[in-house]
Amino acid sequence: MSGNGLSYSEQGGEAAPELAQEAAASTTPSASAAFGLFSSGTKKNEDLKQMLESSKDSAKLDAMKRIVGIKKLVYVYLMRYAEEQQDLALLSISTFQRALKDPNQLIRASALRVLSSIRVPIIVPIMMLAIKEASSDLSPYVRKNAAHAIQKLYSLDPEQKDMLIEVIEKLLKDRSTLVAGSVVMAFEEVCPDRIDLIHKNYRKLCNLLVDVEEWGQVVIIHMLTRYARTQFVSPWKGDEVVEEYNENNFYQSDEEQKEKVQKVKNTYTMDPDHRLLLRNTKPLLQSRNAAVVMAVAQLYWHLAPKSEAGIVSKSLVRLLRSNREVQYIVLQNIATMSIQRKGMFEPYLKSFYVRSTDPTMIKTLKLDILTNLANEANISTLLREFQTYVKSQDKQFAAATIEAIGRCATNITEVTDTCLNGLVCLLSNRDEIVVAESVVVIKKLLQTQPANHGEIIKHMAKLLDNITVPVARASILWLIGEYCERVPKIAPDVLRKTAKSFTNEDDLVKLQILNLGAKLYLTNSKQTKLLTQYILNLSKYDQSYDIRDRTRFIRQLIVPNEKSGALSKYAKKIFLAQKPAPLLESPFKDRDHFQLGTLSHTLNSRATGYLELSDWPGVAPDPSVRNVDIAEVAKEWTGIRGKPKKEKPTGKFYSESEEEEGESASTSTSESESGSESEKEDKEETSSDESSGSYSSSEESSNSESDSKESTAKKTSRAAAESDSEDIKVKGISKKRSTSSSSDTDSTSSKESSSDSKSESDSKSDFVSGKSISAISSKKEETTVQDRKAPNKQDVFLLDLDDFCPVTTPMAVPAAALLSPSLTADLEGLSLSSSSVIDVATQVSMPTKTHELLHRMSGKGLAANYHFSRQPGIFGDCMVSVQVTVTNTTDQKIENIHIEEKKLPPGMRMHEFSPIECLEPAGSITVSMGIDFCDSTQTASFQLCTKDDHFNVSIQPPVGELLLPVTMSEKDFKKEQGMLTGMNETSATIAVAPQNSTRLVIIERVVKAANLGVVPSGQDNIHRFAAKTVHSGSLMLVTVELKESSTAQLVINTEKTVIGSILLRELKPVLSQG
Amino acid sequence: MIHSLFLINASGDIFLEKHWKSVVSRSVCDYFFEAQERASEAENVPPVIPTPHHYLLSVYRHKIFFVAVIQSEVPPLFVIEFLHRVVDTFQDYFGVCSEVMIKDNVVVVYEVLEEMLDNGFPLATESNILKELIKPPTILRTVVNTITGSTNVGDQLPTGQLSVVPWRRTGVKYTNNEAYFDVIEEIDAIIDKSGSTITAEIQGVIDACVKLTGMPDLTLSFMNPRLLDDVSFHPCVRFKRWESERILSFIPPDGNFRLLSYHVSAQNLVAIPVYIKHNISFRDSSSLGRFEITVGPKQTMGKTVEGVMVSSQMPKGVLNMTLTPSQGTHVFDPVTKLLSWDVGKINPQKLPSLKGSVSLQAGTSKPDENPTINLQFKIQQLAISGLKVNRLDMYGEKYKPFKGIKYMTKAGKFQVRT
Repeated sequence: MSGNGLSYSEQGGEAAPELAQEAAASTTPSASAAFGLFSSGTKKNEDLKQMLESSKDSAKLDAMKRIVGIKKLVYVYLMRYAEEQQDLALLSISTFQRALKDPNQLIRASALRVLSSIRVPIIVPIMMLAIKEASSDLSPYVRKNAAHAIQKLYSLDPEQKDMLIEVIEKLLKDRSTLVAGSVVMAFEEVCPDRIDLIHKNYRKLCNLLVDVEEWGQVVIIHMLTRYARTQFVSPWKGDEVVEEYNENNFYQSDEEQKEKVQKVKNTYTMDPDHRLLLRNTKPLLQSRNAAVVMAVAQLYWHLAPKSEAGIVSKSLVRLLRSNREVQYIVLQNIATMSIQRKGMFEPYLKSFYVRSTDPTMIKTLKLDILTNLANEANISTLLREFQTYVKSQDKQFAAATIEAIGRCATNITEVTDTCLNGLVCLLSNRDEIVVAESVVVIKKLLQTQPANHGEIIKHMAKLLDNITVPVARASILWLIGEYCERVPKIAPDVLRKTAKSFTNEDDLVKLQILNLGAKLYLTNSKQTKLLTQYILNLSKYDQSYDIRDRTRFIRQLIVPNEKSGALSKYAKKIFLAQKPAPLLESPFKDRDHFQLGTLSHTLNSRATGYLELSDWPGVAPDPSVRNVDIAEVAKEWTGIRGKPKKEKPTGKFYSESEEEEGESASTSTSESESGSESEKEDKEETSSDESSGSYSSSEESSNSESDSKESTAKKTSRAAAESDSEDIKVKGISKKRSTSSSSDTDSTSSKESSSDSKSESDSKSDFVSGKSISAISSKKEETTVQDRKAPNKQDVFLLDLDDFCPVTTPMAVPAAALLSPSLTADLEGLSLSSSSVIDVATQVSMPTKTHELLHRMSGKGLAANYHFSRQPGIFGDCMVSVQVTVTNTTDQKIENIHIEEKKLPPGMRMHEFSPIECLEPAGSITVSMGIDFCDSTQTASFQLCTKDDHFNVSIQPPVGELLLPVTMSEKDFKKEQGMLTGMNETSATIAVAPQNSTRLVIIERVVKAANLGVVPSGQDNIHRFAAKTVHSGSLMLVTVELKESSTAQLVINTEKTVIGSILLRELKPVLSQG
Repeated sequence: MIHSLFLINASGDIFLEKHWKSVVSRSVCDYFFEAQERASEAENVPPVIPTPHHYLLSVYRHKIFFVAVIQSEVPPLFVIEFLHRVVDTFQDYFGVCSEVMIKDNVVVVYEVLEEMLDNGFPLATESNILKELIKPPTILRTVVNTITGSTNVGDQLPTGQLSVVPWRRTGVKYTNNEAYFDVIEEIDAIIDKSGSTITAEIQGVIDACVKLTGMPDLTLSFMNPRLLDDVSFHPCVRFKRWESERILSFIPPDGNFRLLSYHVSAQNLVAIPVYIKHNISFRDSSSLGRFEITVGPKQTMGKTVEGVMVSSQMPKGVLNMTLTPSQGTHVFDPVTKLLSWDVGKINPQKLPSLKGSVSLQAGTSKPDENPTINLQFKIQQLAISGLKVNRLDMYGEKYKPFKGIKYMTKAGKFQVRT
């Protein structure tokens, strides 16, 4: 290292030697050179000493400036070598001590920084003193450095803990954003268990969070996550009833607390402080710092109600654009999340598609996530994608893909057979790793699905001749042995073959041959007795002791002789016991007990210093501890609470007050709502209504911010005198801010905050009502899921894994062979149509309404009907697929039915069905065709021709068929709707027939009328549907809002206003008619 | 938090170490070397490596491993993000971040590292503050320093750390006041064999170079802000203002910075500006294969596609390739099996193509999969998403600045499967 030829020539001065030593860590330092700076060093610095000691401030400042310059170098030196050269280091202390009293804050700060970095135990008392002093320094920058110094001192001398905690406590009260991050860091390092220190500062920290520097944000968010898990009740329980005994415990306690318990009992209402934390961390999802985004994501994951955690997914997906290391960590966390809550990342499925340039570790993580996200709806697209991966040049990754296919197959029963067939194809792959992995996975699959898979086993038995990979051979032999009763003819033959090659096999295979022999001996001893004995004899003299050992064991167990004990009676049971199927699951299955985003989670083992995230408390601890007591309220909050009434406040504070007020207002509304809610839900607890009412008016004891404004005002006036001095200080800071930032911040921030509080109250009410209907909506979801299953099953069969390779495979399920070319195209279309997050959804139900294309009378016995199959893009992106059923009602064959003379309006295109060569009498055939209607309801006219005749026919699409349903979340829906207002909105009020007012009926009717996708709705009375037009892909958003007295508001938002208004017209009768 | 930092070069030498707490022996890096050996490529070295007493978190950039040593639980992204910030700072200071550059400027490197972390906790990571504390080396300053014996340490005390706008230094003065914004969009796409898009999305950034006197307050508004689906901001942007009005309001840092990065809402179909026609086939019997690709423009909104680069990782069995390009130059590296073709501009009248044969290793069977083609291109004066800046206003200062805006579309991770 020392010989690496660093050139210092340009650095001049005496700085270079020390740094060279730092770089070349092996050489011993020449300490005198360093301290030469202060004593008798070069000429240049000789005057420094005098300057420092001079009484003139200006001279001192000059000197200090130069010292700051020199400091950097000395400092580096001191830090590195102080421990080894303690005496020399001590010489410098007095200089720093003096600098601690300097009028310039930066010099004070730097001096403290250097002083605290000198790791010499003797100066601990000096450091302690310096820290104490600095912690009450006027400059926040010095206080920040004091917070840093706390950690340094603690690591030097842990005995000082108690004293340091005092300082931490003091600094935690600091209102400066500069200090917050550093002191929380010190808190985490020194006394992470002293959660009581946080109570009083909790709200302040939440409010400051946005303005803290990014590194501090990460630390604070992690700390607050732990804090919140100890202080608030779980938002996940919903309206689970708290057990009786809790109430008993609280009988002894005072009035307010009893009320609180009852509040918890009724319905879950989020503690306003809990809400405050969630609300204030949300904007940080937009941070450019990946660590901050991840910290917020884990906070939402661990603290937010399940319905809200989804907002983090978009930001996490954004991080995937970042460097490989960031991707690695983020993907790991997503993998854990996606196991528990698939829905969060389902819309972003395509973001996890693997690129050939990704490093292998990223590839496998992505693959794992894709597998976690697989469900009935997307499995066909996923398997198609997996096919590409299987062929990857990265064989390790290809093997992982095979395992992933295996996992999909076990998780989604509909595709098990398809996957199995695909895997069987892979058995003839050239790459041994791929083959081996396939065999292993097939083995596992067959084990989990012990149905009739004799065919596959036979096929694998045939493969045995070609496969050389030992693992694969062993797996096949095991399978045959295990299911030997299913393949009674083949098994003995396999044994015969392997007996021949026994001596040349790998150990692994030999063991399995023995195994197979033993099993066959037990089930079919007539045919295999001799063979088995031959093998046993061979293996008796094998080189491997393992095999010899196994031979002895098996012989004793299966071959009856006088010495064999009681065990041999049970030999069959031992060998052919029902074996539990291996579980194919994600490696991230068990990681969720670690807090997300932590080192421990990444390593899947406890890292030193990992702090366990506690479980939610059954009953929330007294929330009033977070209330800042009166004296302090006056001090800290006068500017906030009192001002709006007195006079126009400074911008910053005004905004905070607005927020507070907004919050208190919303709190009270939500509380009252919860009261009424509970009344509905169980009538026995009518008392709760009153209690929550009195609760909100009860003043000092109440936990919420809503202790009424009058009281604060009173307090304010009382404390006005004391607070003055503090006030001035605060103002001073704020003045500095407002001068440095421009004046317009004031107005904007106030505006912002008001909008903020509004949205807050919105979300709150949403939340409460959302809870109450959760039961209903879940029921509905069930039904939709059931609905969905039917068409999907079809899809799944359509998927051909056949094109893995041309080898013919035994089909376990004949249905899979039903594949027609048009349906392959269908699948192609699936992957084509959606490059967007909002995916085209599989249709909810199939409308059965058929239209007549050609009446048999006018068609001379040829009749044709058509219906819209609602399948996305069979023939291309823009095509609506139409299924035409042609029936022959004559008593002769009709030949060559085809399409001619298309008369299409400009822009429209048609994909005709392939000609029907011959239609038997009374036969009928269904063909599909695609028409691009260009998002208009214009008629597509053409001639339906037979061998001898031409019939003019035309298809006019109902507007509802020009759509493709899309899935989107309620939130996205609202967002999109917000963008499509004004001209793009058409609405009407309609009368709804009473029998149509239930959710299910509405959904059924609307979906029948138009090809719309149902958007899960949080509200009972609002139903949302989304689709996009087939041709242009413009969104079509339909909202049905039920009002009182059986009317409903029907709103359609779309760019395609014409279609929108036609659709509106068409939907009106659908809902109003009985 | 962060205990020590080791810089390791491609040949596995530790060429720089820095400790913020007590000294950690460099033998801790042995665990790293072990992991490096296990991983076939540098890219596959796991970013987090546990050792008995420490944890090694590393990032790999510019062929250098930056290995941070930590002793206890810490959010791994915290460390990784910081290390990246270190690399960015070096790049900012020295232009490039390479072993030679770091060795040449070792004093500045130490000074910068010292300022960035205090006791392992990030202290000053804003490049503006750092540059005030420690001046970046310039040729002139190096000469002056050699003569006068002074150092790069700033003679002014930094005040930025104390202000509420820590990203901007005070007292900035320019004779020419200018503000330039570059809207750069990257298309990430996977195109399948038949030319249809499997997934495509647009990621954009707005990079700014602002040289304005004093404390200007800028607002930037878009014609169509709805396009922006997901955004992340430089800390200077007022988030609330964006939430309510979709306007970017900020006091800019001095010099170059990334104002925001965004993601264009994915439901808008992404226009793919180029297509590749390919015909790559390996025959089972002979040891020769056919290779033919043509690049052509698709939806370019009338702009020329330039800077086109095609690269492809050939299967291991490929021995050599005999190709003739209709334009540009191509290289095939028989060791890494990497084919790259520098196409240059696409002329729609005469589409560039690369044709020829592939010779395979005799005796090996044909590769299962055709290679994927990675594509790079640039289109000037076009933001493919259609994003347009409406106007830029300045408040807080009297002078009239010169404003400029530039659009560019690039290929991000653009892959064509064949």
